[in-house]
Amino acid sequence: MDVILFTFFALVAIVGAVSLVLQKHPISSALSLVSVMVALAVLFLLLGAEFIAAAQLVVYSGAIMVLFVFVIMLLNAGAERESRKGGLAQFLGLPLTAILLVFASYVITQSMSNAKAVKFGAFTGGGPREVGWELFTRYLLPFEVTSILILIAIAGAVVLARKEID
Amino acid sequence: MNPAAFYPSAVDYLRFLPELILTIGGVLLLVLEALTGDNKDKTSLGYVAIAVVLGAMFAVPVALANPGTSFNGMLVSDGFAAFFRMVTLLVGLFTLLCSTSYLSREKANSGEFYLLVLFSLAGQGIMAASNELIMVFLGLEIASISSYVLAGFLRDDKRGSEAALKYFLLGSFATAFLLYGISWIYGVTGATNLVAIRESLAAGTSGNSMAVAAAALMMIGLAFKVSAAPFQVWAPDVYQGAPAPVSGFLSAGPKAAAFAIFLRIFQTSFESFSSRYEPVLWILALATMLVGNFSALWQSNVKRMLAYSSIAHAGYVLVAVTTNSNVGTAAAMFYLAAYALMNFGAFAAITHLAGRGESHVTIDDLKGLASKQPVMAGLLTVCLLSLTGVPLTAGFFGKFYIFKAAIDNHLYWLSALGLLNSAIAAYYYLRVLSAMYMHDSKTTDHPEPVPGGIQLTMWVSAAGILTLGVFPGLVLDYANRFATFVK
Repeated sequence: MDVILFTFFALVAIVGAVSLVLQKHPISSALSLVSVMVALAVLFLLLGAEFIAAAQLVVYSGAIMVLFVFVIMLLNAGAERESRKGGLAQFLGLPLTAILLVFASYVITQSMSNAKAVKFGAFTGGGPREVGWELFTRYLLPFEVTSILILIAIAGAVVLARKEID
Repeated sequence: MNPAAFYPSAVDYLRFLPELILTIGGVLLLVLEALTGDNKDKTSLGYVAIAVVLGAMFAVPVALANPGTSFNGMLVSDGFAAFFRMVTLLVGLFTLLCSTSYLSREKANSGEFYLLVLFSLAGQGIMAASNELIMVFLGLEIASISSYVLAGFLRDDKRGSEAALKYFLLGSFATAFLLYGISWIYGVTGATNLVAIRESLAAGTSGNSMAVAAAALMMIGLAFKVSAAPFQVWAPDVYQGAPAPVSGFLSAGPKAAAFAIFLRIFQTSFESFSSRYEPVLWILALATMLVGNFSALWQSNVKRMLAYSSIAHAGYVLVAVTTNSNVGTAAAMFYLAAYALMNFGAFAAITHLAGRGESHVTIDDLKGLASKQPVMAGLLTVCLLSLTGVPLTAGFFGKFYIFKAAIDNHLYWLSALGLLNSAIAAYYYLRVLSAMYMHDSKTTDHPEPVPGGIQLTMWVSAAGILTLGVFPGLVLDYANRFATFVK
């Protein structure tokens, strides 16, 4: 059961991610991204990370994607036009990606040959209480420093988005 | 468990003091920017930023006087961290000194520029002091995101916007590689603390080939940040398109911080399989030197030429990293400090000479500079000679220690090819010098007066170059002493 669930949602995530890149219209891309996010949330849940699964749904599939779709609609973005592809990239892109994936899966199967599949419910400790505990004790500094990161992102967006420099 | 065991103590804050000052200063500037009206002169905010950086520089020895880890092992305050904090803060100080007049000239003076520089410096400080891959990632992102925005700060300038977008897209791609590597390492060792990773890998209980693959992924991300070939393609476009003081900042500050985490991660955590990544670094170093030097030969735009030269210099530092020894680390540290002085000196000169809208940035525009502005030409000459590696300059001792470390560690071929490379490099630096001294000026208009900040930057860097060219021990002694902290 766990294996079936994992395989199904992993495939949904991969298909969604590929479709995100291939779709011509931005709205279709955004909706593909939603399916990736939802599938990832289920994978987190399978790993026993209930809090992250919920946050993934609420924050990514909910808030951020709604914002994405709003912006796309407000800007009235049309279907993308094909640009001229670089010669080398066109021929080497897919083979090199395939090589990277084969290499990665080879390494994983080699060094993790006796790894067991995850059983649903085998891991606990992914609830809000445990996450909150870690976040405000051991990982207090990264938590606070992340706020600086977000502050810069806001300040940077304001700088780049204002109308005139004068 | 009792949460009180995790509460930060006073000494934790002292070890984090330089970044605290920079962050508080940045937030202060954010408020001041909003309080001063829209049409006011914002140059004074630049002076506030300079004061903040000076304060952070004074805080570095305070952090060094309280060695140890802080915030539950997230950061480590040691000599290595202090050295790189000082180098990046010096670069930041130069940037601020040069940008006040530059921004007024381009009519783009606003407080956001200064606060982005301050936050970027805070990110670089976190990188230099991080003892944990999560902090490495956060510091790198803070430094990078501020850099992307700084590169496109003159947003009506097409080249600048193009540079910022390219830098952002490729930079995020590289960060993704680093993050993927970090997640693999966590999967293998169950730790993100650099020392814990080292212990776990040395114990050999975890999958070694997976750790090697993770190291390879992280190396890709870091090689991008230090603009090593074949991940260097972004650098020429970004340094050419970004505002001149920002180009100087990017080529010296974030690069030094990226080398700091490069050294720390690979020498502290991945020590146990150093023999496996050494050949990769060997090729990376050689390719970076070759690509940088040979591409620089054909450039007519001085900013683009300096961009390729900065790639080549990253190659020299990689030679030192390849040695994987304390002597090599010390040589890399000395070189990065010397490079910060000489490269920023050159960019400071270009900042002024480029004129409004950076319209005069070709080598032809420098013709006859020696007769028109002898002082400026003299200071720029010192920087260029040091970049070439002429004796009595800091650049000479930098290269000397790097190749000495390489020969001591039996990297004979790499040293020989590296020395040949620095001979090639002499050609394009001398081309600029010959344009300045051997040709007559195209125009007869009177030169504009050099702003005080740029003058100060150039005098300080030229004086630093010559001092280190005679007494390299002033910095090298610290580098030798502090290099032992990462092993």
